Amino acid sequence: MKLTGKVIKYGDNVDTDVIIPARYLNTSDPGELAAHCMEDLDRTFVERVQKGDIIVAGNNFGCGSSREHAPIAIKASGVGAVVAKSFARIFYRNAINIGLPILECDAEIDEGDRVEIDFDRGELHNLTKNTVTAFAPFPDFLQNIIASGGLMSSIKGE
Amino acid sequence: MKTYHSARDKLNHTKKCRAQRRNGGFYMGMTMTQKILAAKSGNEKVEAGQIIMADVDLVMGNDVTAPVAINEFCRAGCDRVYDRAKVVFVLDHFAPNKDIKAAQQCKQVREFAGEKGILNFFDVGEMGIEHALLPEKGMVIPGDLVIGADSHTCTYGALGAFSTGVGSTDMAAAMATGKVWLKVPSAIKFNLTGKLPKNVYGKDLILHILGMIGVDGALYKSMEFSGDGVESLSISDRLCIANMAIECGAKNGVFPVDEKTLEYVKERSSRAPVVYGADEDAVYDQVIDIDLSRVKQTVAFPHLPENARTFEDIHDIKIDQVVIGSCTNGRLEDLMVAADILKGKKVAKHVRCIVIPATQKIYLDAMEMGLIKIFIEAGCAVSTPTCGPCLGGHMGILAEGERCVATTNRNFVGRMGHPESEVYLANPAVAAASAIAGKIAPAE
Repeated sequence: MKLTGKVIKYGDNVDTDVIIPARYLNTSDPGELAAHCMEDLDRTFVERVQKGDIIVAGNNFGCGSSREHAPIAIKASGVGAVVAKSFARIFYRNAINIGLPILECDAEIDEGDRVEIDFDRGELHNLTKNTVTAFAPFPDFLQNIIASGGLMSSIKGE
Repeated sequence: MKTYHSARDKLNHTKKCRAQRRNGGFYMGMTMTQKILAAKSGNEKVEAGQIIMADVDLVMGNDVTAPVAINEFCRAGCDRVYDRAKVVFVLDHFAPNKDIKAAQQCKQVREFAGEKGILNFFDVGEMGIEHALLPEKGMVIPGDLVIGADSHTCTYGALGAFSTGVGSTDMAAAMATGKVWLKVPSAIKFNLTGKLPKNVYGKDLILHILGMIGVDGALYKSMEFSGDGVESLSISDRLCIANMAIECGAKNGVFPVDEKTLEYVKERSSRAPVVYGADEDAVYDQVIDIDLSRVKQTVAFPHLPENARTFEDIHDIKIDQVVIGSCTNGRLEDLMVAADILKGKKVAKHVRCIVIPATQKIYLDAMEMGLIKIFIEAGCAVSTPTCGPCLGGHMGILAEGERCVATTNRNFVGRMGHPESEVYLANPAVAAASAIAGKIAPAE
C-alpha cells in the first residue's frame, strides 16, 4: 500500500480530548465527529484538511481517553494516515482496528511537506525535502488485521 | 552475577532454568502482569513484545463507548454475546441523560442489553461510575483479566487483576469471542517503602510519579507496585493509583495481593481469587524507589497531569469551582476526607463546590454517616453518580477563563469545558481546603 499526501503537523501529547472533545461524544456518526475534529487544538483544521492529507506528530499521539471517536473523526475528515514518533497504546489499537493507517516513525518533516508512505517497502519519502526514512513493518498479526480490513472482519474470517 | 536470598531460592531458580532448558529456551522470570497474561493465554511463559490471544473474564462498556461497539458487533453480523454474565454495560458518562442525543445513546445500549439478555446492565438508579462500581460489586477479583472500553479500566489492577482500557471495536470483538489480542508489556517496578504522611493520599503519590516519569513515562508498559510500603496503602488509595496508570501511558498498573485485598474481595465476591506474584528474577525496564513518607500534597497544573507541583511552588491561584468525585476519587474514603475538612465551614462565596459520590451505595453510606449533611451545610451541591464534569459532559462545565480544582484524573485543554478554562488535579483534602479558601490551598 502506498499513500501520498500533504502534511499537517502537530506536537507531542496530542490527547483524544482535543482530537474530539467530549461535548461531541453524544453521537458516533463519523460525519458529525469529523465536523469537530481537532477543534480544541486547531480550529483551522476542519477548514483546511483535504482528502489524503497526512497528520504528522511527536510523541504519545492520542493519549488520554479510549474514545474510538478520535480515530473515527480523523478518518472521516479524509486524513490518509497519521505518522507519529510514538502513539498512546489505546489509540494505536483503535486505529488498526478501524483501518486508519498509522505509522511510528521519527523523520524530519515540516508542515506542508508532501510525503509518500510505502507500507510494503517500509519507507517514508519526504518528497519536498527529498529524503527517505525506513520504518519497521507491523508484526504479522497486526498485518493480518489490517489486510482483513479491521478487527471485526478479521474475526469473521476465522 | 545473580545473588540469592537463600539456598532454597537458588535451588528453585536452578530448577526453573533446567525446566526451561528442556524446552530449548532461555529462562527469564516473569512480572506479575506477564504471569496473569501467560495463564489467560494458555502459555507456560510469555515475554515482553509477544502478541497473545487471551481469554477475557469481563468486558465492559459505557454509554459513550458501547454504542460504537454495538454498531460494530451488529455490522459484523454477530448474533449473541459469548457470555451474558461477562459483558457489563454501565450508563454513567452522560447519564442521567444530559440531552436528546445522549438519551438516544443510552436507549440504544438499554435495548441491546435487553435483547441479548445481558445480566450486568446498570442503568440510572443502580448505576455508579463504572470503575467504582465494578470493584464494589465484587465483579473483579485477583487473577482476573478485564478489558473495558474506557481508558480508566486499569483501575482494577489495585486488586491484583490484569485490567486495561481498549477501544469500542476491541469491546465488540471480545463480546463476540470472549478474547482479546494483547501485546505482552515490559514493566517498571515501583518499590514503595514507608508510609504516606497525614493528608497525603494515593492521589498525591500518582501525581508525584507522573511528575517524575511524565505522561508517556510508562508507554506500553506495566507499572508494578511492590515493597513494604504497599501494605500501608488502603484499597481506596490503590484503586486511585492504578486508575491513573493510564495517565503515565501505561497498559496497566498492578498491586500485589495481600490481606487487605483478600478481605476486600471476600466481602464482595464468592469466587475464589487466584493470586499471582512476580518471579523473584523478573526482569524490569526500570526500578524506581519511592519513600512514601517523603511524598507531599501535590497538584497537577494545566494542561497535563505530569505538571505536578507541591505547595512551595503554588501561589495564590484563585478558583471558581471544585469537583470532588470521579472514578479516581469518588469513593467513600474520599468523601470522608473531604467532609472532615468541610465540617462546620463554608465554601467561599465565589466558588461552586460539586460533590459526586461515585456509586449509589457510596451515596447512601455517605448519607447515613452524615457526610451529605456536612456538604450541604457547607454550601456544596451534591449530585447523583455520574462521570459528568470530569470529561466536560455535564453537571459542572467551566466557562472561558474559569479555574477548577478537581479530584479527577485529566486536565487537558478543554477537558472540563471551555478550551480557555483550567483544571488543577488534587486529592480530596486539598480540593475541600481549596473550596473553603477560594484558591488552591493545602489541607492543614
